[in-house]
Amino acid sequence: MALDLYAEEIISNYEHPHNKGKIDKPSAEMHEHNPVCGDDITIYVKVSKGKVEDIKFDGSGCSISIASASMLTDYAKGKSLEELEKLGVKDIINLIGVDPGPARLHCATISLKALKEALFLYNHKKPDVETKRL
Amino acid sequence: MMDVKSIRKDFPILSTKMNGKPLVYLDNAATSQKPASVIERISEYYRTYNANIHRGIYKIAEEATEEYIKSKNNVAKFINAAGMEEIIYTKNTTESINLVALSWGSANIKKGDHILITEMEHHSNLVPWQLLAKRNGAILDYVKLDKSRNHLDIGSLEEQLEKDPKIVAVTQVSNVLGTINDVKSISKKAHKHGAKVLVDGAQSAPHMPIDVKSIDCDFFAFSSHKMLGPTGIGVLYAKREILEGMSPIIGGGDMISTVDYYSCTWNELPWKFEAGTSNIADAIGFGAAIDYLNKIGMENIHSYEQGITKYALQELSNIKNVKIFGPSYDEIKRRSGVISFGIGNVHAHDIAQVFDSEGIAIRAGHHCAMPLVTNELGQSAVARMSFYIYNTKSEFETVLNAIRKVKKIFMVD
Ligand SMILES: Cc1ncc(COP(=O)(O)O)c(C=O)c1O
Repeated sequence: MALDLYAEEIISNYEHPHNKGKIDKPSAEMHEHNPVCGDDITIYVKVSKGKVEDIKFDGSGCSISIASASMLTDYAKGKSLEELEKLGVKDIINLIGVDPGPARLHCATISLKALKEALFLYNHKKPDVETKRL
Repeated sequence: MMDVKSIRKDFPILSTKMNGKPLVYLDNAATSQKPASVIERISEYYRTYNANIHRGIYKIAEEATEEYIKSKNNVAKFINAAGMEEIIYTKNTTESINLVALSWGSANIKKGDHILITEMEHHSNLVPWQLLAKRNGAILDYVKLDKSRNHLDIGSLEEQLEKDPKIVAVTQVSNVLGTINDVKSISKKAHKHGAKVLVDGAQSAPHMPIDVKSIDCDFFAFSSHKMLGPTGIGVLYAKREILEGMSPIIGGGDMISTVDYYSCTWNELPWKFEAGTSNIADAIGFGAAIDYLNKIGMENIHSYEQGITKYALQELSNIKNVKIFGPSYDEIKRRSGVISFGIGNVHAHDIAQVFDSEGIAIRAGHHCAMPLVTNELGQSAVARMSFYIYNTKSEFETVLNAIRKVKKIFMVD
């Protein structure tokens, strides 16, 4: 696989991630951990009038997992929950600008998984199969 | 002396490319590559004498049975067991250890008994004992690492042995640190306390001469796929008198001597533990792998790997911000060709990815030794390269290049 995985944007989001930290009294939070590689991401969302008013993430991991969390949280800000609930693998690949390939797809999707699970939690629902598979 | 150039020609995969670059395969601790002789021996079985073993009264069935038994005799000799009765074929090291925990363990481990393992174990020599301890109400204890985090703490071993554990299970070579444990001395100490001893040989049997009589262990487990053989075949060696006292955990065909409606008697060793149709093709392929290793000589293999590992460790220790886990080159006699490392704060997966782009296969993660990697080394993941007989110093040059590339991309000094 190509090294454009390490495009400037990914490296800069990794070195200086946006929206890193916690939110006090979030509407929902969700922790996701990948035991295989040790990626560890917690997403905090504050919801107001059906929209994401604020979102942050905390944790540690490889460049792909941190950069994608950084970009996803940027993207999610101000979006409606409906819109975010529809996000899938393709959207994450578009968002980060590269396809990380099968071995590292889970690094790119770990923050999306946490975000979607947080929204299910907010809606008092169980995560659907698609989210679990992320 | 080993002729690595001609050895490399025996491995078809070594002339292939990965990502457009010549494949540099340094993930041998996960699984090794296979020489043509192994691949051909398997294909020859399927092409010319494929038949089920044991009861066939026709030529090719006899041939298949003979080759299967030859493979077992080969393995018995390879580790200096008394005979093929002591060689049980399983799927892999993991299944071998589980067989001991399920059969011997269930019968001999009682409530309140101690089971002793170490902080260095692969999950396959840890989880079966956790399960057994839970099932039977036993207590699982750990031999600690010493201050260097590179070796077992012998003081801790002796302290734990005072609890008179029923079994001590220890790896001969750590798949993360590369440390070689003195299993002969551990075995001697454990036996003084009446414990049985299981040695996990997954990372040792492929790389050094093994003598189970000299180690004097009661059980020894290893996998074919890490020593040039096919996947799907592994070995449990155990002393004959112990195997005779053990009950099978899987029942079915081939493992019985007589069966009536309500009872049966077990077949002779080693067949009592091999129910159903065996992995015949891979057993035969495994025999070919051992032939190949014997032709080169395990002493030669060990000393060659010591040489290249020492060289690599020396080179790596000269690079700023490269951290090595495990014993350093001045302790080369106490370590194998498994080198776990880190570069600055770069995540192991990122390291492996850049290596991949250079055609180099290494592994990144906790290497199925989570307690060791997370608690003892304080890492969520480490990168690991591991050598075998076909790796060369010039291949290691590409590693040095890849390290420079990682440093450049991630702005490590
Ligand atoms: C020390 C050690 N023990 C056990 C195993 C398990 O081997 P297998 O997966 O062949 O059962 C490994 C393999 O990774 C290992 O390195």
